[in-house]
Amino acid sequence: MIGQAITLLRKDLLLEFRDRESVPAMALLAAATLVVFHFALGQRSISGELASGALWVTLLFASMLGISRLFVAEQEDGGFDAVLLAPVERTAILLAKATALLIFLIIVELIAVPMFGVLLLGVPLGPAIPSLIGVLLLADICIAIVGALVSALAIQTRIRELLVPILALPLLLPVLIAGSRASGQIFQPGGPAAVAGRWPLMLALYGVVFGLLAFALYDYLLDD
Amino acid sequence: MTDKTQVHGRGLRRLAFAATITLIGAFAMVFFWTPNEADQGFIQKIFYLHVPLAIVTLGGFVAGGIFGFMQLRTGKRVWDLRSYVAIHLSLMLAVAVLITGAIWAKASWGHWWVWDEPVLVSFLVVFLLYACYQPLRFAIEDPERQARYAAVFAVVAGAFVPINFAAVRLAQAYTHPRTLGTTTGGMPGSMMLTFLISMLGMTLLFMTLWKFELTSKSARMRLSSIRRRIARETTTEQAA
Repeated sequence: MIGQAITLLRKDLLLEFRDRESVPAMALLAAATLVVFHFALGQRSISGELASGALWVTLLFASMLGISRLFVAEQEDGGFDAVLLAPVERTAILLAKATALLIFLIIVELIAVPMFGVLLLGVPLGPAIPSLIGVLLLADICIAIVGALVSALAIQTRIRELLVPILALPLLLPVLIAGSRASGQIFQPGGPAAVAGRWPLMLALYGVVFGLLAFALYDYLLDD
Repeated sequence: MTDKTQVHGRGLRRLAFAATITLIGAFAMVFFWTPNEADQGFIQKIFYLHVPLAIVTLGGFVAGGIFGFMQLRTGKRVWDLRSYVAIHLSLMLAVAVLITGAIWAKASWGHWWVWDEPVLVSFLVVFLLYACYQPLRFAIEDPERQARYAAVFAVVAGAFVPINFAAVRLAQAYTHPRTLGTTTGGMPGSMMLTFLISMLGMTLLFMTLWKFELTSKSARMRLSSIRRRIARETTTEQAA
């Protein structure tokens, strides 16, 4: 199963590498959102809870694009039937899609977070980086799992692009809560404070619950 | 062939009767028997409407998830119908919960919306999620696939309800310490009894409406299948 997942993942990454559809669009949207925040808030630099909120909204918006594009290659070019006809387990598809999304998110964050540090953040980004990486990675895993689930739910409908954000945003709210509270502590004006243990714990629990749900339900989503 | 309509409709009249009597009794107790709460006065009595309604609505969402799970396990369409009707009904009642909650907040705290109240906030999030159920459902044409996808959504969303409540409560507990105890703590006996009867009445009301909608939906589906069959038979007769 792992082998199948890796093959599928390679296909997705290769497609993205050749077409360059999702990741550049996600990064551009993130950059544009940062600019929007500068003008909407009317501030040159922000810190604390406000900074963390701006960062998370930016990342969530960017991930919405990635989620709604996740199955598009299969859907539009008819690759869906080929993937489903191939003797692969549905779990392998879930694993491959979630990992692909995770990789896209990490690449986007490698671009968007330094940009956020330069454009908006009022405190130095350097000392915040170690704990920020931990929080972002945990949250990315959660977003990847829920994203793979939501995009599979929405792909067969007529209104795919509309459904993805309205489904995914409420579902990802616990991730936003934990992530933004944790990074609010990281972006404190007086230097990063220690992140309370409950926020990473909440992210991990959320990831486990939705991971199990996706694992149990994926069979029903892609069997025709 | 057994008649599905009759199976759903059985006991509907008795259930409706019981719901009416219990609710009338509960409201009579609310207005004429329970004491006014010392702090909030008369407006606190909206508690007997708002809280049972909210609990029943959440119960309906979770029940929709359980029915969805049954649909996935058995593949029988009747579970899909049950799940759909439960979620549909809960969605409508959720609007009433949000409105009564806002009225209560305005009367006792002076604002239409209070972000410090984790239950109200999580309820809004749950409502926003379930509001996607119908767009998702009716954007899928194939009936079998529609039932399956709707069931997956119902299960995911049903599991999301408790997670979301925990997350929102956790988010607020540390920014604003809760000085008030739980709503049910330290309630005098007459208030507790009224609350329980009102809770029972709302549950009966939900079950009545659910059964009614189920009956009417399956009757309509049967009617259209009979119509289709008649149309098919007449065309074959004309052809012959």
